[in-house]
Amino acid sequence: MHVGLEHYLLVSALLFCIGLLGVIARRNLLIIYMSLELMLNAANLAFVAFSRFNNNLNGQVMVFFIITVAAAEVAVGLALIVALYRRRQTAHVEDLTTMKL
Amino acid sequence: MKEALPWLILFLPLLSAVVITLFTKKDRELSAKLSIGAIVGSFALSMLFIALAGWEPIKQESLVTWLGVGELQVDFGLRLDALSLLMLLIVTGVGSAIHIYSYGYMHEDRSMSRYFASLSLFTFSMLGIVLANNFIQMFIFWELVGVSSYLLIGFWHERPAAADACKKAFLTNRLGDFGFLIGILLVWSALGSLKFSVLEIELAKNPDALGTLATAAGLLIFCGAMGKSAQFPLHVWLPDAMEGPTPVSALIHAATMVAAGVYMLCRVFFLLNAPALAVIGWIGGITALLAALIAVQQNDIKRILAYSTLSQLGYMVMAVGVHAPSAAMYHLTTHAFFKAMLFLGAGSVIHALHHEQNIWNMGALKSKMPITFWTFLLGTLALSGVPPFSGFFSKDEILVAASHQNGVLFALGVLVAALTSFYMFRLIFVAFLGPAKSPAAGHAHESPRVMTLPLVALAVPTVLAGFWGIENLYGKQFGLVEEAHPSSWFNHLFEPFNHAPLAALAGLGALVFGLSAAWHLYRNATRDRLPETFGVLTRVMQNRFYFDEFYATLIANTQDLAAKAADAFDRWIIAGLLIKGAHGTIELFGRALRLMQTGNLQTYTFLFVAGVALVLFYVFGR
Repeated sequence: MHVGLEHYLLVSALLFCIGLLGVIARRNLLIIYMSLELMLNAANLAFVAFSRFNNNLNGQVMVFFIITVAAAEVAVGLALIVALYRRRQTAHVEDLTTMKL
Repeated sequence: MKEALPWLILFLPLLSAVVITLFTKKDRELSAKLSIGAIVGSFALSMLFIALAGWEPIKQESLVTWLGVGELQVDFGLRLDALSLLMLLIVTGVGSAIHIYSYGYMHEDRSMSRYFASLSLFTFSMLGIVLANNFIQMFIFWELVGVSSYLLIGFWHERPAAADACKKAFLTNRLGDFGFLIGILLVWSALGSLKFSVLEIELAKNPDALGTLATAAGLLIFCGAMGKSAQFPLHVWLPDAMEGPTPVSALIHAATMVAAGVYMLCRVFFLLNAPALAVIGWIGGITALLAALIAVQQNDIKRILAYSTLSQLGYMVMAVGVHAPSAAMYHLTTHAFFKAMLFLGAGSVIHALHHEQNIWNMGALKSKMPITFWTFLLGTLALSGVPPFSGFFSKDEILVAASHQNGVLFALGVLVAALTSFYMFRLIFVAFLGPAKSPAAGHAHESPRVMTLPLVALAVPTVLAGFWGIENLYGKQFGLVEEAHPSSWFNHLFEPFNHAPLAALAGLGALVFGLSAAWHLYRNATRDRLPETFGVLTRVMQNRFYFDEFYATLIANTQDLAAKAADAFDRWIIAGLLIKGAHGTIELFGRALRLMQTGNLQTYTFLFVAGVALVLFYVFGR
């Protein structure tokens, strides 16, 4: 069976949707965070696939950047979640409604 | 010199009013003398002017441009012809008598200075109306007369009745003046000029110059006369205006102010077309009849005279309506003399009885106040139209004119003549003859000479004015070519019977009928026997046909209705729909939008993604 661009893009879309569902539906901040990473990586997969099938390395370069930024982001995000947990004794998203007036 | 005289006549009273108000208010005697001096001076100058210039119209009207706006040029000028010169003599002559009389009547009053200042201001305003040569000038003085009558009627302003009466007079007059002003504007818009002389020439050249507006303009101008001359349905202010001091009643509600309306109608007679004149005639006739009927059942001596004035004014207006302005002016002239005298006589009685005005508390005054009685009797004879007194001739002219034009109005006029002699002789029989009906009447004594002299002075024209040829002067003014009158006074006396026997005999018959009815009912009477015979009718007459009540209800209801409508509009439309509506809509939107701000991250995310999905669908999906 020949594996084409469509298959990669499909997987990428699936991953993105799973990640999105996780962000919307799950209650725990850590899980949401992981789902967010999943969405980033779905995008990465799409980039790599395009790069491969278009014979253009720009996509792969972009993926490196994304991975780097994601690593930094994870460090900051996890630190924030830990700080939040220490302050509130909870990591559940329903309890964090300070944006409501 | 001759040109300056009319201006001097006009401004002397104003000068006295200003000087009294500004400088001599503290000195009552000096103020009174200034005011009397001013009007007597005006009277003397008027006679001098007529002696110098004669009765012929002065061609050159002295002009000062008072106001010029675009096409509108308002002059301040004087119109001098027989009409205005005679009126000048009446106003200053009768006014002089009344000013002098006032000096006696008001002598005890603390505010005599204010009284004389107002009186002078009034005289000035009235002279302004008489001499005005254009509509705007006339209107300004017309309003000034309204203001000064307001001041004089409300002179005893601490009395609620007087304060109400002056307000009523002013407001009722304003109502008529509103129509007058619109009428003036109509005339100006159609003819482009407001000067009487120009208008007269224009209309003589082209009688249809006013076109379809002619009737409307005539009737609107008549509205002004309706207010000032107290014609039905705006007549209600005049009887109430008797709250003012009695000389004021004599001056402004008998001799001059109410005459202004009739004078104005005669001045602009050339403007009035046949339909307008018909309405004017009927209004005059109705006023004459209504007022005469009311006068029959009044018991206040001044009110009887007030309604009699109304009735006679109705006569004059009717005369204008039957195309006889000269008869109207003739009657106005004679009426000014004898009605002023009657009012002054009534004032003398009231003064002697310490402000008793009910005729059923008088009686037997003939021997105690002989001068007052005899002059009052002369006035009554003239008013009732007994030949050879002045009132007979002027009333006869009106009846003749009415008989030529309109049979119903003629019958009305005769009926009113009968009523007139009835109520006037009722007054004489009850108030002056018969037994004294109260202690005050028993102790009455004649008024001081300063009050009786004007009475005697006014008695002269009352008796003789019919022989002075006044009607010829007016006739010439209105272009009525009359056949030469017989020269001897004896022929003049019988001339009405030869000229138009029907009118003269009907008038005389009415007089005799009224007199005998009054003799029959009120000779030696101590109470009114009429109500027993005509119960309901007399009650209606006593209550003045319920006009005041009707107007009060009408105005109160209209006002309530308007207030309710305005309140509902304010409450429901402005406060409800506009303010509460705007506020409510915004609040509702705010609440709806607030629901979206849950503070829940995941909801935001969902909405965000849904939005992106929608955009993507919109961009790619189709």
